[in-house]
Amino acid sequence: MDAWLRPTSLADALAALAAAPRVILAGGTDLYPSHGTSSLPGSILDISALPGLRRIETHADHWRIPCLATWSDVIGAELPASFDGLRAAARQIGGVQVQNAATVIGNVCNASPAADGIPNLLALDATVELASLAGTRHLALADFVLGNRRTARRPDELAVALRIPRPAGPARGVFEKLGARRYLVISITMVAAVAEYDAAGRVRRARIAVGACGPRAVRLPGLEAALEGRQPEADLVTPHLAPLAPIDDVRASAEYRLRATAELLRRALDALGTPRARAA
Amino acid sequence: MTAIGFVLNGREVVATAPPRRRLAAVLRDEFGLTGTKIGCDAGDCGACTVLLDGAPVCACLTALGQVEGRAVATVEGLAASALAPLQRAFLRHGAAQCGICTPGMLMAAMALLARTPQPDEAAIADALGGVLCRCTGYRAIIAAVADAAATLPEEPPSGAAVGARVARRDGVEKVTGRERFGADALPAGPFLTLRAIRSPYPHARFTIGDLAPLFAAHPALVRVLTAADVPGSLCYGIYATGKDQPVLAEGQVRHRGEPVCALVGPAEALAAIAEAEVPITWDILPPVGFDDATATQPLHAHAPENILCRGRVRAGDPDAAPPAGAVRAGIAIETSFVEHAYIEPEAGYARRVGDRIEIVACTQTPYMDRDAIAGILGITPEQVRIVPTAVGGGFGGKLDLSVQPLIAVAAWLTGRPVRMVYSRSESMASTTKRHPARIRAEAVAGADGRLFSVRFHGDFNTGAYASWGPTVANRVPVHAAGPYAVPNVLCTSAAIHTTDPPAGAFRGFGVPQAAIAHEALMDALADRLGLDALEFRLRNALRPGSRTPTGQVLGADAALGACLEALRPRWRAWRDEAAAFNAARHRPVLRGVGIGCMWYGIGNTSLSNPSAMAIGLARTGRIVLFSGAVDIGQGSNTVLAQIAADALGAPLGQIDLVTGDTDRTRDAGKTSASRQTFVSGNAALRAALALRAEILRRANAGPAARIAFLPGALQVSDGGRTSTLALESLPADAEGMVLRGEGYFDPPTTPLDQDGQGIPYASFAFAAQIAEVAVDTALGTVTVRRIAAAHEVGRAINPTLVEGQIHGGIAQGLGLALMEEYVPGRTENLHDYLIPTIGDVPPIEVMLIEEADALGPFGAKGVGEPALVATAPAILNAIAAATGARITRVPATPERVLAAILAARDEGRA
Ligand code: FES
Ligand code: FES
Repeated sequence: MDAWLRPTSLADALAALAAAPRVILAGGTDLYPSHGTSSLPGSILDISALPGLRRIETHADHWRIPCLATWSDVIGAELPASFDGLRAAARQIGGVQVQNAATVIGNVCNASPAADGIPNLLALDATVELASLAGTRHLALADFVLGNRRTARRPDELAVALRIPRPAGPARGVFEKLGARRYLVISITMVAAVAEYDAAGRVRRARIAVGACGPRAVRLPGLEAALEGRQPEADLVTPHLAPLAPIDDVRASAEYRLRATAELLRRALDALGTPRARAA
Repeated sequence: MTAIGFVLNGREVVATAPPRRRLAAVLRDEFGLTGTKIGCDAGDCGACTVLLDGAPVCACLTALGQVEGRAVATVEGLAASALAPLQRAFLRHGAAQCGICTPGMLMAAMALLARTPQPDEAAIADALGGVLCRCTGYRAIIAAVADAAATLPEEPPSGAAVGARVARRDGVEKVTGRERFGADALPAGPFLTLRAIRSPYPHARFTIGDLAPLFAAHPALVRVLTAADVPGSLCYGIYATGKDQPVLAEGQVRHRGEPVCALVGPAEALAAIAEAEVPITWDILPPVGFDDATATQPLHAHAPENILCRGRVRAGDPDAAPPAGAVRAGIAIETSFVEHAYIEPEAGYARRVGDRIEIVACTQTPYMDRDAIAGILGITPEQVRIVPTAVGGGFGGKLDLSVQPLIAVAAWLTGRPVRMVYSRSESMASTTKRHPARIRAEAVAGADGRLFSVRFHGDFNTGAYASWGPTVANRVPVHAAGPYAVPNVLCTSAAIHTTDPPAGAFRGFGVPQAAIAHEALMDALADRLGLDALEFRLRNALRPGSRTPTGQVLGADAALGACLEALRPRWRAWRDEAAAFNAARHRPVLRGVGIGCMWYGIGNTSLSNPSAMAIGLARTGRIVLFSGAVDIGQGSNTVLAQIAADALGAPLGQIDLVTGDTDRTRDAGKTSASRQTFVSGNAALRAALALRAEILRRANAGPAARIAFLPGALQVSDGGRTSTLALESLPADAEGMVLRGEGYFDPPTTPLDQDGQGIPYASFAFAAQIAEVAVDTALGTVTVRRIAAAHEVGRAINPTLVEGQIHGGIAQGLGLALMEEYVPGRTENLHDYLIPTIGDVPPIEVMLIEEADALGPFGAKGVGEPALVATAPAILNAIAAATGARITRVPATPERVLAAILAARDEGRA
């Protein structure tokens, strides 16, 4: 019979990963569906009993989302307006049932091109904290998610937390998701953006990311740069779409995705440009 | 195997199963708590929702190992002694139809109500957004959760059951999780499991190699069935001429998902077999698509040019020159495969009892199953017993055989009970779908605003096997000119074989596709004539005395006009409001209001489709209705009991039901074609009247006598005279009945001649619906904001059930219009194949028009399919009203809507 481990300390979990590669199970919401109706095969490391890794932590210069924090925890946490986009995504990932079980880190580690969490976390400038017996390393999220279902996690590592730096000034996030029904819908395309403002309400820095338009979510550095020092305006979008590489699939054609993404970007910038957003 | 302790519905329990096993499977298999349903095993449907420490989770995604020491609550825990208020509310509001989603809905709602005792609609939708329902259209569920203090509906007094909003007879089972669906019924004692090996290719030849290594590697494997093992006829089908679908493919597969062999053995042994271990060699053939099927090598000898059959209706002179000043409109429409997506995948078991076979499975048509299984096993129909389980949604999809042939053959040959449960992907890949259609139609109206002619041709992709293809080909031309008086008509159809999954029966049998075309034409003609779209339809509506394209003269119940008049105030107000919204420039959002009309013939097209019912009086004074009609959630168990109660003059509560079992009931025909209320309702009526006559005869009482049902006796009062009939002393039959009544009804129809002239149906239902949409013209997304539906139903035997059918039909019509598109191999799950969620179905106002049908029981006719037909046309017409863009390919996905808007802009239409 394949091994099932359910460690109750991080040290035990890391020791188990150091000993042999194992499939890591947290909420199970991606893992079980990937195996049809059958049970999970292989050696499983169930991390759900690890202590102290559930509550979202607020620190002086960053927030920490540990590996057992669920989407419901994000919805329930006291987080500032820069998390508005991530919060909006949390409410749209599966139904309440999935939000109660699925972890934020699981969404990142599953590395689906259509993951709703990843563009938001890119826009929040998240880094991934990877622990192993060899020590801890931090990778920028863009360096962690390598492609469709591929990450930079070594087999002996556990992604223990996401770390999100505190912005210098007022900031706000938005998330624009396009799907073909109201609930339980995989995004046709999506846009996440976080803007930090100066005292005059101009954008000091913006991070804008697009999901479901390529093998992994990407940022739009050209558009981000164009926004700096300005009021966000929808007109800025068009010249900066080059990093997007959407494909045709059952949900939409590449051409439609591109056009819709441009529209979502305009809406995101409009939202970031409203006085309410700047006041946040 | 570890022992894992947790608290289950308040009791400490220990499960001895691998920790990786899904909680849903453990609850069902180890604890027998089958109230937790498995609709997908993938987190897509929410049917498995349980509360884990009070929070809803999908039990199909929860590892048993993770619930150690925690509290799990399932639907079985809700009603320890009496029904919980929420369960009562579900019964009062008709929030459970088939009931397969009900446990998940209840559990998700319980978690919400614990937090928010009086939630608003948005909160309810957020809380239930993770549970899919295919039957109710969600509105009754929202109403129930918002009214969780509801009481049960009162039982009507004797003689007042018809027309009363009584709770469904099988409702308590459905809200407590006690109802047994296909996967919940288990044989007594040990049983084998069957796993089908299916074709990954749409078209291929194959050979099965030496099976000895497979058996050697898996000694517990009992048997591998191939086509050669089928004892009787290998092929089955609905029509005598269309028995073309093999139980197991014989050397050639014609669609992806077709079974080629079947592994039989203990479940764990089968799970350990990798697909690649089964030695099948494939020789892949080019697929036969809808585009080129008629020019390709035929898939079946009976279908030259791959044309299974054609249909035709011709009236007047379709080639006549239009009158001066006439206007003309044309349209080409394309529709997609639509999946039934009932939340219950097909399941059941078979066991051999001597020289008989018993099949306990979900089905819409026990008697057709009986005859088909007899043919497959090479035995007589009397040797087959079909015991239908509760059906977790059918919509036509469970009119075809699914698990039954395979488990029957396996149980027959091994002598041991054999069970099979389809996975979601297996169900979607292998079972029938709604026919994709390609339609061209043209209509002409005179300057007087009256329709002059309609020409229509529809090609229907009937997939690999005949199934119900002929039904579609015959029904469509009868209806394709729409519910209007048209003097000159030529409507034709063809059902075309391809290597796609078999297209079969799906709520409406092709009429919903046709309605999209005729309703687009009506809007275009009204526009060209400068007439209001509703008033134009009203002017042309079929009415009492109208002659239909098949030459049938309609009776007093042809009340489309009343439906349109009922809608008129809403139509005007909604259009004004949409115009005001658009004038206020909320770009990029535009609103529009659209209308759709329909008619639908009840029962089989020009074919005998009788129903027989029996009703008995037991010694106890209880009445038993022996009904071969299967309640698939639409409520026939309740409606038939209501009809029988009033016909007999008995209180509804006095009536018990025996349903479906072919050893105990009469053939009531299939649950299809909206026929059970009308056809079986008449049979139940007649059976009850016969029993009443027998009682009155014995009491020597006149027809107006009143019967009181007492324990063990009847008291019959006629005028001032009362006599008592003691039942104990009467001889009882094998079912324990001392008196019986039998009823039979076959709707009077006549065959259609080669021009389609004749009387295809004894009754037609009519309806009109209007929809308001908001279209985001920059993204192409469409939100339906509200729907009003006026349905002429003859007589609403149970208005709650009628409204439930209309709500559910509208939800499916909305799905057809906006999101549902089955692509073989690509959308074989419930996250790539989208059906409406609770957030997609808008408020619905139902207006019931009751114009008694001369033949219907208490004047009633059917509503199951009529509910769906008008919705997609209304929505598509609303999109056109909002944007000027005419959608000609459904579903109207955001991409298609945006493309149509851009094209309309280019042409200056918007
Ligand atoms: S069975 Fe669990 S979500 Fe469908
Ligand atoms: S009642 Fe909801 S799926 Fe049937």
